[in-house]
Amino acid sequence: MAAHLSYGRVNLNVLREAVRRELREFLDKCAGSKAIVWDEYLTGPFGLIAQYSLLKEHEVEKMFTLKGNRLPAADVKNIIFFVRPRLELMDIIAENVLSEDRRGPTRDFHILFVPRRSLLCEQRLKDLGVLGSFIHREEYSLDLIPFDGDLLSMESEGAFKECYLEGDQTSLYHAAKGLMTLQALYGTIPQIFGKGECARQVANMMIRMKREFTGSQNSIFPVFDNLLLLDRNVDLLTPLATQLTYEGLIDEIYGIQNSYVKLPPEKFAPKKQGDGGKDLPTEAKKLQLNSAEELYAEIRDKNFNAVGSVLSKKAKIISAAFEERHNAKTVGEIKQFVSQLPHMQAARGSLANHTSIAELIKDVTNRVLLLLPRLECNGTISAHRNLRLPGSSDSLASASQVAEITASEDFFDKLTVEQEFMSGIDTDKVNNYIEDCIAQKHSLSKVLRLVCLQSVCNSGLKQKVLDYYKREILQTYGYEHILTLHNLEKAGLLKPQTGGKNNYPTIRKTLRLWMDDVNEQNPTDISYVYSGYAPLSVRLAQLLSRPGWRSIEEVLRILPGPHFEERQPLPTGLQKKRQPGENRVTLIFFLGGVTFAEIAALRFLSQLEDGGTEYVIATTKLMNGTSWIEALMEKPF
Amino acid sequence: MDCYTANWNPLGDSAFYRKYELYSMDWDLKEELRDCLVAAAPYGGPIALLRNPWRKEKAASVRPVLDIYSASGMPLASLLWKSGPVVSLGWSAEEELLCVQEDGAVLVYGLHGDFRRHFSMGNEVLQNRVLDARIFHTEFGSGVAILTGAHRFTLSANVGDLKLRRMPEVPGLQSAPSCWTALCQDRVAHILLAVGPDLYLLDHAACSAVTPPGLAPGVSSFLQMAVSFTYRHLALFTDTGYIWMGTASLKEKLCEFTCNIRAPPKQMVWCSRPRSKERAVVVAWERRLMVVGDAPESIQYKQLTIQVLLDRLVLRRLYPLAIQICEYLRLPEVQGVSRILAHWACYKVQQKDVSDEDVARAINQKLGDTPGVSYSDIAARAYGCGRTELAIKLLEYEPRSGEQVPLLLKMKRSKLALSKAIESGDTDLVFTVLLHLKNELNRGDFFMTLRNQPMALSLYRQFCKHQELETLKDLYNQDDNHQELGSFHIRASYAAEERIEGRVAALQTAADAFYKAKNEFAAKATEDQMRLLRLQRRLEDELGGQFLDLSLHDTVTTLILGSHNKRAEQLARDFRIPDKRLWWLKLTALADLEDWEELEKFSKSKKSPIGYLPFVEICMKQHNKYEAKKYASRVGPEQKVKALLLVGDVAQAADVAIEHRNEAELSLVLSHCTGATDGATADKIQRARAQAQKK
Repeated sequence: MAAHLSYGRVNLNVLREAVRRELREFLDKCAGSKAIVWDEYLTGPFGLIAQYSLLKEHEVEKMFTLKGNRLPAADVKNIIFFVRPRLELMDIIAENVLSEDRRGPTRDFHILFVPRRSLLCEQRLKDLGVLGSFIHREEYSLDLIPFDGDLLSMESEGAFKECYLEGDQTSLYHAAKGLMTLQALYGTIPQIFGKGECARQVANMMIRMKREFTGSQNSIFPVFDNLLLLDRNVDLLTPLATQLTYEGLIDEIYGIQNSYVKLPPEKFAPKKQGDGGKDLPTEAKKLQLNSAEELYAEIRDKNFNAVGSVLSKKAKIISAAFEERHNAKTVGEIKQFVSQLPHMQAARGSLANHTSIAELIKDVTNRVLLLLPRLECNGTISAHRNLRLPGSSDSLASASQVAEITASEDFFDKLTVEQEFMSGIDTDKVNNYIEDCIAQKHSLSKVLRLVCLQSVCNSGLKQKVLDYYKREILQTYGYEHILTLHNLEKAGLLKPQTGGKNNYPTIRKTLRLWMDDVNEQNPTDISYVYSGYAPLSVRLAQLLSRPGWRSIEEVLRILPGPHFEERQPLPTGLQKKRQPGENRVTLIFFLGGVTFAEIAALRFLSQLEDGGTEYVIATTKLMNGTSWIEALMEKPF
Repeated sequence: MDCYTANWNPLGDSAFYRKYELYSMDWDLKEELRDCLVAAAPYGGPIALLRNPWRKEKAASVRPVLDIYSASGMPLASLLWKSGPVVSLGWSAEEELLCVQEDGAVLVYGLHGDFRRHFSMGNEVLQNRVLDARIFHTEFGSGVAILTGAHRFTLSANVGDLKLRRMPEVPGLQSAPSCWTALCQDRVAHILLAVGPDLYLLDHAACSAVTPPGLAPGVSSFLQMAVSFTYRHLALFTDTGYIWMGTASLKEKLCEFTCNIRAPPKQMVWCSRPRSKERAVVVAWERRLMVVGDAPESIQYKQLTIQVLLDRLVLRRLYPLAIQICEYLRLPEVQGVSRILAHWACYKVQQKDVSDEDVARAINQKLGDTPGVSYSDIAARAYGCGRTELAIKLLEYEPRSGEQVPLLLKMKRSKLALSKAIESGDTDLVFTVLLHLKNELNRGDFFMTLRNQPMALSLYRQFCKHQELETLKDLYNQDDNHQELGSFHIRASYAAEERIEGRVAALQTAADAFYKAKNEFAAKATEDQMRLLRLQRRLEDELGGQFLDLSLHDTVTTLILGSHNKRAEQLARDFRIPDKRLWWLKLTALADLEDWEELEKFSKSKKSPIGYLPFVEICMKQHNKYEAKKYASRVGPEQKVKALLLVGDVAQAADVAIEHRNEAELSLVLSHCTGATDGATADKIQRARAQAQKK
């Protein structure tokens, strides 16, 4: 069912099985037929843990979305609420329970808090007079959800805002709990490194929780060699830049939710002769994206410019494989060919899907895909102000295509500006492109992303520049966004430069964040994921593993929050003796979110032959610059 | 041989029994047992006797007395019963004595007569009083079943984790059932009751009539029923002197017997020896005892496990012996030694003649960090004995905040609880303490406490943001946080106020706050917004249409789209919209109107600060190539190629690119050349490139 989770260095299926078992045990406690009432936010993440079939096996007959008023009719013995511990949800639950028809058959109510039971919520239920109605009130500690063989996420949308804006560390506590669960399954992690205020707090909580469990000595041989906790606000820059890996671009353009993406259906229409394109599908095409799909696993982390050649190579291999049927003469040969057919057909379907996705992305980015199958491209990459950027378009400027071309032109212009900022060009004055974006009312999140990027790359903007942007934004998009701007300032994404000193160049040079020679096809450095910019967060991880952070003390001091190291002593029997050439395994936890491009960069490091470290990635939320900024936006009406 | 069989009596045809005394009771009972409520614990546990249970006089001399004896009659405890009238006594599996009072309160005592706790069986029971009660044992623990004066049943299947279930009504039940019992089947507790000739099974959802298979006819009433200890078997005694024995599931009859006694028996119980295959029911009347047995069949009895044995030793305070057994059996610490030490500690805290310091030290010395020891359990016991200070000292050794905090709250040490909760990082705990504190302290003290705990303060702010907006304002005021106050009033201007005057007033308050916060920008922007709001209201009055809550930019656009150009100009001037943006704005609006004449006039009003490429783009977007071409010629040299390509003039674009000798532009044009029509142009570019390379 989830075999791809067990392919990595650490078998994350163990975690998945553990949480599935916990779910089954809970369901069996409520004997008899049941209906689940869902906190809607949970259905996505739960889908990665248990399909409906599992629930059905345990007598779940109906599922509803949690809403006010009366529960829908259901002839079941048990009603179970699956909810996050939030007060507003408790109010709805109480409404449901109180409006239960008393003349009808009595039903048992239960409540499952995800990921943690909450005294506050139970108090609220008590105040509303319904606490006694629940037979089972339990918690389901679904903190870290396995997304892929090397990827775990808490999918906690508000984590960044809560931690950095509101001083609410709930998600940090859950993160620490999740790490304790991981250690219970995969052994105590002997070394903890961290950078940032939140990282420090999570480490403290872990140490404290370990003391609480003194009773149960963990006797599992440790799988992870170390843990690196990283605050998102140590690296505010990376998520603001546009991701240029295949998966990153899919996420930037269409948004990946709980490993699913919804795509415009036109390109996926089955091509039939004489159909005249009458019955174009109207419903979005939904695809699951993870390493269970062989082709996707191969291309997801590549720079988009390197995807075309892979796709075209695959196309040749697959058609060659299908051609084999002409060579199959004997019964045995035919039999063998037929036995391979399902695999080949799956591969062909997968190739067709990704070719369509690549075309969709190309329409937006206008990147040159020289070797994309089914496409005829004759463009070349042009040098633009000495920055490596895609430049040419391959189709005619017919009037109907103007919009498309402008869109891709615009993508190109945006990228140019981003790359200028990241390489330190003209970060201290009002940028023409941003001004034009505002004047044309481009999406506010796009504008904010750029302004914040400029601010971060200049260690804050000059007061005059900052005020100008702010005024332009308020006048154009509306005064109410003053609250959003305030939030961004609180988060440090947007700020006036203090002391007139720009630290970014020092950081950039020391950490080699800008690389002039990038090979997008056969990368030699992590900077390929942004076509030049090496994500700061991943660079920190890379330098920690070799040669160690001592070499960058000065930069670490400039970056916000403390850096630290903790050891968790192991009994001698569990201490690891590494074989020569055996890689270390580092669990890297991004507190406040991580982007697919950063994940790609870490996978690149894991695969380096002499890298010495393999990474398993955990985060509070999988995100991109837009979803990040949008989570910080506030709409008062 | 005679001497061996002399005391054996025949039972039926093939079985014999004998009576002999295992041991004599040490007690010295003065009352008749019939005048007492009696409860004997299972597995040879203690026996409780409540003398004079029904006396209601207040006089101490005739108050009921509760005596607890060991199974052999050794007195363990004796106390005067000072609470309400007791209906029923029973021992839990943990050897706790449950005393069910008439008002539905259940008082729990330890083996040594120590009061543990009490709980209520609910309001319904309190109102209708307890008519009858049973204590029963399930695999979860021990349960209590109550029959109320309203002839309804309420039960809790596990008093350790109290959840009350009110059973459904029995249709037509006007008086108490002739007999009833609690049953436990499929992990669920049921009630079986007899009303006249009918038997009913109650579960928490329904009441269903049941019939035992093979029941002899002619029964008009069931006088007594008995369930075996494992809930597998059931015996029924009817008014015809008939005994039915079968499975408790009522699916199978094991045997039946008719005796010549019709009187209701005083007692009927299942009995059998461990590992014996023979089962029997013993029926007792005033002066007669009858044993009814059946054919052998295998039954498994749960043995006393080692855990239960240890519990028993602990309850009898034989700690060293228990520890020796643990060590001998090499039990894991958590199950063995730690548990016994914890029990010892709980006993230790009850020694009132030892000082708090000494007790705490002694406990910590013996227990240290022994795994599996819950200091909070010990502390709770200390608190239960009225030793709060000792409890606090013991709690210091508790590493689990989740355990520490609730007890501290219970002991009214809320501030200590707050700092412990904060230390743990568990925000839910912090919230819980905060709400506690909020009720406990007056507002001023509560705010002061928050002030010293930044983490708690921010959490409380979050709480207020969603639950108590007014308090949020007070918090910001207290901290002189004018910036946040400003934002607060902005939100209020959108959320709370409908009328324009109200909104403006809220914004004025916000602006004042921003001035105090020295946030000049926000203050000015807020004042601008007040001005804009008033203006939008006037526009709506004068021109009709919707203006309120549009941004300034959109207000101007709307004016242009409505051909109110003068007003648009005025507004742009008043609010100092930068020239460049105003040009974009007008360009977009006029193109939307497809007012090409006005657009051309506008383009010529002065030199465009945004160049002319945007004009080309926007015309092409509206599919007007004719207009687009007009502007393409005015585009500056840097963007000329782009403009020409946009309007589809590839040939001219090539000429310009060649003239510029710009490689990037040449490539761009080349990429726009399509095979058939632009062949010549493409060749031209290639030639120009070749020439350039020669040089």
